Amino acid sequence: MYSQGLIGADGRSEETQAFLDAFQKRIDAEEKIEPNDPMPEGYRRTLVRQIGQHAHSEIVGMLPEGNWITRAPSLRRKAALLAKVQDEGGHGLYLYSAAETLGVSRKQMTEELLDGRAKYSSIFNYPTLSWADIGTIGWLVDGAAIMNQIPLCRCSYGPYARAMIRVCKEESFHQRQGYEIVMTLAQGTTDQKAMAQDSLNRWWWPSIMMFGPHDADSQHSDQSMAWKIKRFTNDELRQKFIDATVPQAEYLGLTIPDPDLKWNEEKNGYDHGPIDWDEFWRVVKGHGPMAKDRVKARKKAWDDGAWVRDAALAHAEKRRARKMAAE
Amino acid sequence: MALFDAVLELADDHLVLGHRLSEWCGHAPMLEEDLALPNMALDLIGTARGLYTYAGALEGAGRDEDDLAYLRGERAYRNLLLCERPNEDFAHTILRQFYFAAFMVPYWSAAARSEDETVRGIAGKAGKEMAYHVRHCGEWVVRLGDGTEESARRMKDAVEALHIYVGEMFEEAASAGIAALPSRAGMRGEWEATVDHVFGLAGLSRPVVPHPQTGGRAGVHGEALGHMLAEMQSVHRAHPGATW
Ligand SMILES: [Fe+2]
Ligand SMILES: [Fe+2]
Repeated sequence: MYSQGLIGADGRSEETQAFLDAFQKRIDAEEKIEPNDPMPEGYRRTLVRQIGQHAHSEIVGMLPEGNWITRAPSLRRKAALLAKVQDEGGHGLYLYSAAETLGVSRKQMTEELLDGRAKYSSIFNYPTLSWADIGTIGWLVDGAAIMNQIPLCRCSYGPYARAMIRVCKEESFHQRQGYEIVMTLAQGTTDQKAMAQDSLNRWWWPSIMMFGPHDADSQHSDQSMAWKIKRFTNDELRQKFIDATVPQAEYLGLTIPDPDLKWNEEKNGYDHGPIDWDEFWRVVKGHGPMAKDRVKARKKAWDDGAWVRDAALAHAEKRRARKMAAE
Repeated sequence: MALFDAVLELADDHLVLGHRLSEWCGHAPMLEEDLALPNMALDLIGTARGLYTYAGALEGAGRDEDDLAYLRGERAYRNLLLCERPNEDFAHTILRQFYFAAFMVPYWSAAARSEDETVRGIAGKAGKEMAYHVRHCGEWVVRLGDGTEESARRMKDAVEALHIYVGEMFEEAASAGIAALPSRAGMRGEWEATVDHVFGLAGLSRPVVPHPQTGGRAGVHGEALGHMLAEMQSVHRAHPGATW
């Protein structure tokens, strides 16, 4: 799952105007750009960065939810959560493959994640503190990711768009499953209901921050929109998400922790209170509560696994050599 | 009650081992294994659920899968010691899975001919899954045994550490004399053949174990199981009677 537009894109290109115009013509005609097609360097760079961030988000996103696999309160929930976290790993795998079509290796991207050069969605730098968070993450975080990813199914870059179609199907399943977990809690004991409300209180604002800065403050949107990598602005997607989610919370009997939230008849959508942009930038810049732990966990898995990857390579090499010797 | 006990033993094996595998999720040596390990965990937990549900029905006391999984303490758990062994490293995890699956393949294949319809149903599905576990883990045993000096050493360490728990798999325990389930002792030949084949390719050998460890079937476990259950059952037990 992933949202939050792109952090720090660089869409500069040095191609001739004629080349850029011809490329833009293809984009405007809704043609899909494929790996071997000529493309502006800025387009390629923007996509590598975005797909890489997206892939990393799927992988790091396994950690907060993985935190509850061993404590899931029923066998049915345990199996469903395991399957969900495994799906996220699968999304990471498709996305790394999509990025590899642009000439960057998974290993390279992984190293950038581990040394802090590459970003991932900051939502995963918040802690999961109760079972209810597993429901809330599915409902809100996968829900927000879907808002962002449905338009990506029509992204101009073919391999990314195709990966998104597959991913979106699974994300909407995750969203429904998450909502169902929260619903079970909301209809459960007093403690369960309190757990659900507490979880919503903690995840609401980070979730709506997932759409990124307000359009007026978003630097890289215009070029991405022109290239049809992005199709809606941050604020448009945030509005869609809020409008879809508020009635869902009402149905559950839970309160969204925003006293300024109210229906605006004129715009046919909800108005919301001010977003704490200081918190947003603090977390984006790597100072979220779990940021250090997340990267440390990924780094530990990578370092601890080095001997396994080395062994697999060495074995393949030995087999090749034995086969050649036998021929 | 006797079939109930035997089915419960099997269920505990699968849940405990599935739980151990699930501990890897998000921490595996490579992304492909971050998908494969949870996949195998899901197979095991799925089988455990079927077995617990059947055990509950056999008992007839109204206990469902979650009552049996979440509301019994370590002395009541009947799993094999092998299944509860901590993950340690990837070599231990893979070998533990390989040992167990190499037993379950012939076991489920015999159980698929059981006179008991529910056992047949569970055996048919689980047998196919376990055959994949043998293949996947067997390939890793070979890669690691043959790979580098370090991987070969770790693989040997894993064999040393886990082989003492192998004998317990062949004890009849609660399944002694139960017609609906295969004889466990009868699986030894096929298990050894599977292991020897893979060990041959991996450059490993089966050690002689003068003092095998046993006791899981009597609820006498190692110390690790209690911690696993404490974690696994914590939320469920904190909210008695709640629905999840
Ligand atoms: Fe995902
Ligand atoms: Fe998801």
